[in-house]
Amino acid sequence: MMRFLLLFSRQGRLRLQKWFTAMSERERKKIIREMTTMVLARPARTCNFLQWKDLKIVYKRYASLYFCLGVDDGENELLALEVIHRYVELLDKYFGNVCELDIIFNFEKAYFILDEFLMGGEIQETSKQIVNRAIESSDMLQETMEEYMSKPAF
Amino acid sequence: MPAVSKGDGMRGLAVFISDIRNCKSKEAEIKRINKELANIRSKFKGDKALDGYSKKKYVCKLLFIFLLGHDIDFGHMEAVNLLSSNKYTEKQIGYLFISVLVNSNSELIRLINNAIKNDLSSRNPTFMCLALHCIANVGSREMAEAFASEIPRILVAGDTMDSVKQSAALCLLRLYKTSPDLVLMGEWTSRVVHLLNDQHMGVVTAAISLITCLSQKNPDEFKTCVSLAVSRLSRIVSSASTDLQDYTYYFVPAPWLSCKLLRLLQCYPPPEDGAVKGRLVECLETILNKAQEPPKSKKVQHSNAKNAILFEAISLIIHYDSEPNLLVRACNQLGQFLQHRETNLRYLALESMCTLASSEFSHEAVKTHIETVINALKTERDVSVRQRAADLLYAMCDRSNAKQIVAEMLSYLETADYSIREEMVLKVAILAEKYAVDYSWYVDTILNLIRIAGDYVSEEVWYRVIQIVINRDDVQGYAAKTVFEALQAPACHENMVKVGGYILGEFGNLIAGDPRSSPLVQFNLLHSKFHLCSVPTRALLLSAYIKFINLFPETKATIQEVLRCDSQIRNSDVELQQRAVEYLKLSSIASTDVLATVLEEMPPFPERESSILAKLKKKKGPGAVSVTELEDGKRESGELNGSGERGQDAAAMAASNASTPSPSADLLGIRSAAPVNAAPASAGSLLVDVFSEVGPAAPSGAVNDDGFLRFVCKNNGVLFENQLLQIGIKSEYRQNLGRMYLFYGNKTSVQFASFSTTVSCPGELQNQLNVQSKPVEPLVEGGAQIQQVLNIECLTDFSDAPLLNIKFRYGGALQNLTLKLPVTINKFFQPTEMASQDFFQRWKQLSQPQQEAQKIFKANHSMDTEVIKAKLLGLGMALLDNVDPNPENYVCAGVVQTKSQQVGCLLRLEPNAQAQVPVPAAGLPSL
Repeated sequence: MMRFLLLFSRQGRLRLQKWFTAMSERERKKIIREMTTMVLARPARTCNFLQWKDLKIVYKRYASLYFCLGVDDGENELLALEVIHRYVELLDKYFGNVCELDIIFNFEKAYFILDEFLMGGEIQETSKQIVNRAIESSDMLQETMEEYMSKPAF
Repeated sequence: MPAVSKGDGMRGLAVFISDIRNCKSKEAEIKRINKELANIRSKFKGDKALDGYSKKKYVCKLLFIFLLGHDIDFGHMEAVNLLSSNKYTEKQIGYLFISVLVNSNSELIRLINNAIKNDLSSRNPTFMCLALHCIANVGSREMAEAFASEIPRILVAGDTMDSVKQSAALCLLRLYKTSPDLVLMGEWTSRVVHLLNDQHMGVVTAAISLITCLSQKNPDEFKTCVSLAVSRLSRIVSSASTDLQDYTYYFVPAPWLSCKLLRLLQCYPPPEDGAVKGRLVECLETILNKAQEPPKSKKVQHSNAKNAILFEAISLIIHYDSEPNLLVRACNQLGQFLQHRETNLRYLALESMCTLASSEFSHEAVKTHIETVINALKTERDVSVRQRAADLLYAMCDRSNAKQIVAEMLSYLETADYSIREEMVLKVAILAEKYAVDYSWYVDTILNLIRIAGDYVSEEVWYRVIQIVINRDDVQGYAAKTVFEALQAPACHENMVKVGGYILGEFGNLIAGDPRSSPLVQFNLLHSKFHLCSVPTRALLLSAYIKFINLFPETKATIQEVLRCDSQIRNSDVELQQRAVEYLKLSSIASTDVLATVLEEMPPFPERESSILAKLKKKKGPGAVSVTELEDGKRESGELNGSGERGQDAAAMAASNASTPSPSADLLGIRSAAPVNAAPASAGSLLVDVFSEVGPAAPSGAVNDDGFLRFVCKNNGVLFENQLLQIGIKSEYRQNLGRMYLFYGNKTSVQFASFSTTVSCPGELQNQLNVQSKPVEPLVEGGAQIQQVLNIECLTDFSDAPLLNIKFRYGGALQNLTLKLPVTINKFFQPTEMASQDFFQRWKQLSQPQQEAQKIFKANHSMDTEVIKAKLLGLGMALLDNVDPNPENYVCAGVVQTKSQQVGCLLRLEPNAQAQVPVPAAGLPSL
């Protein structure tokens, strides 16, 4: 199973964190620190896999963002790499040419999309169409742009 | 300007995020956040009821602040309120907050559970999915108790929507993993297996994770899944790339499901039913064939997905280990990947081949790739790939190629990355021992190892070479000659000195015939390294010297002179000084016969499992070293005749010889002074205990206070240590307050569960001392350390110590341990300076019997001024110079700070060189 997914920038700023097992806040912070330093220190064009304690770390960089997935030792690395890719595709489809800013300003959406795709550290649904349909239907109750602008700015 | 927000954007949130991003400094950011927190707090506390939208927005802001790394301690209630909103988006944010900021607050969990219960019974699939997600995210015991029986029903009910089934399957999996005892098998189990046949591929994908986990734990109950999995797999593998529509990923049909199916099959032995087995072998062959086909797309996603299935199929082939044909094909396929331009594939091929190397069918086939792997070790740019190459070389090593592989690993070590050196050293040491045909090769290899990577050669490695040399007399002369030569190097590693000292001390006589390595030359060579070495090595060398006196009587005078010089016999290190004194006496008093008996050659070491192998296993974690390897190790070490679990401390060799009933026992006399039985009574006894280091008997047999007395005069150190656990202490005291940091280190590689600690003040102590502690994390991972802080307040004077009780589960067994915490009254001493006149004036005032305690006790150790001073300072009082007319006496003053009163204390220690030490001490309650 997957243990965690972290998204961070090249400067090491965390953009999204998803934990699939119970862990104390302290442990989480420690892992975040170790992952960012370890992954950011890797030279370009090295392999995307690392062994870390009893976990396999699979990471990939998309533009300015690093996606870093921690999986159990028995898991398939290549498939984990494609889990990351599919998530990027889902974000891309939803935001249209997704960029780091989209994830910063709409972090809750990024979480919702992830929740449709993965659950409890396992794959829930791999079909892009089905995930997108689910997200869109939950957006059905969205307000118009005017409604949005009329809302208080504090 | 905020990026375009789709859905129900929250403008206030977007503006806040912009503000944060525009902050120029960390300080500005914190200021902005604090302002926002104050604003949200006032909104939540205000009397005006907030509408759902505002609540949602503020909860979302809190979430954002939390994700920036700040602590959030309010807003949980508002988030729980959102759960019962009938607006989907509000409910969704409420659930998100709960999922991210899990709180074990039981009051809240009850409310959350209520909301979840309502949503689960709402029959609205979107709400049900939200609720199931929340359970899977939090996964707490309370939730498992509330829903573990409900979810299987939802999962197998005929009218449940597909999306809900998927969520229910994975939610159940999470609960099963966290609380397996609460998920009861039942009528639903057989129906779950049949989800493998479900028409909806998403349902199968989600359900198979659950089924795999259940099968691992209850293989018999889920046996029927094998044939179902094979037929599902076969349908996918033989389908055209477009058949599965959206479940085809870059022209690869259902890669995730295929891999999961292959993984499920790895829970079982090969199918017994011939037809099923035939179908499966066909599938595996098809997968291997497809790997040879030209790619349908140039995209890396296509090849990744395709190869993911291939690697999983190879894992299954290796797991079955019964189809030689498939194994060899797998090996050839991996061989191609070894030279692939994708680094990822080279990495995985090396990793996968490691397991193939252990199969008898494919071991030879793996060996044919040796040159490629050696090349990878030399030329790969990526350290993780080189690490894999080293692992594979280790795995493919056997008698036929050991010399080549060991030589390559040794030469790689010269430039190897620091991060993998220690492991490489262990591997070389193991291979050299395991496949040693002639032992001169073994000795050469290990000495090379020390020469090249001395810093990474752990004790286990050099203990081991000594054990082997001692146990095999055919190699002893060669070993002596080789270390002698190695020591000629002007700068040689300290580990080389250790091995050299030990071996020459035992077998130097075997090369003494050659004038170039005559006894004196040997001694001078060793002694030329002496001053550059650390204390343990010097101690070992001293032992080697005394052995020299036995081996070569002609060196006696020279060596005695060395022992007699001040830097030895008056060395500030107790161990060195003691050895020098003892050896000097031993060499001058004992007759040659006695000397020869005491300093006899070391007997062979008993045969045990290789300590190096044990170390490698520990480093790699359980399971990393395969069983076959272990058995090999045992078999091989049988041939070798000998090893030691912890390799007896070589340095102690002579000393241990001496401590066997031998005439030397009485020569030294220092240790044999009988300890005074100090009755635990007054403050004076504490001091006595410090010097005697013999404590009063523990009040109950269960309390372990071994470490207790050592802490009377110091604040930091290791309080307790056994095979499983180490407890370290750091403490600091000010006035009547103290803070103690306890560090619990898990020495095993296995997790401690239900770890809990309690500190109690027995009896009267609870009115005298106030100790507060925070609970610790219930899980301590293998090799991890957790910390606990105790706040201590001294209310009034006390004489007992608080007790620390530790409970945890290791493996299945409950461990229970009680220790005395080293909190003693002297910790609250405030040192006081005073002049001689003041001191004696006060001293005389303290004349009543209850104000005085005097103790006369025998010193247990030699009375070294510096040691005594350090102990007295450690006690916490001020050591006053020029106060007592007799300069031999020690005088101290201090004030014990308690909450209720302050107690001034004066102390005099009058050492008597004839071995009696009277200690009059006085205390006075003052204003």
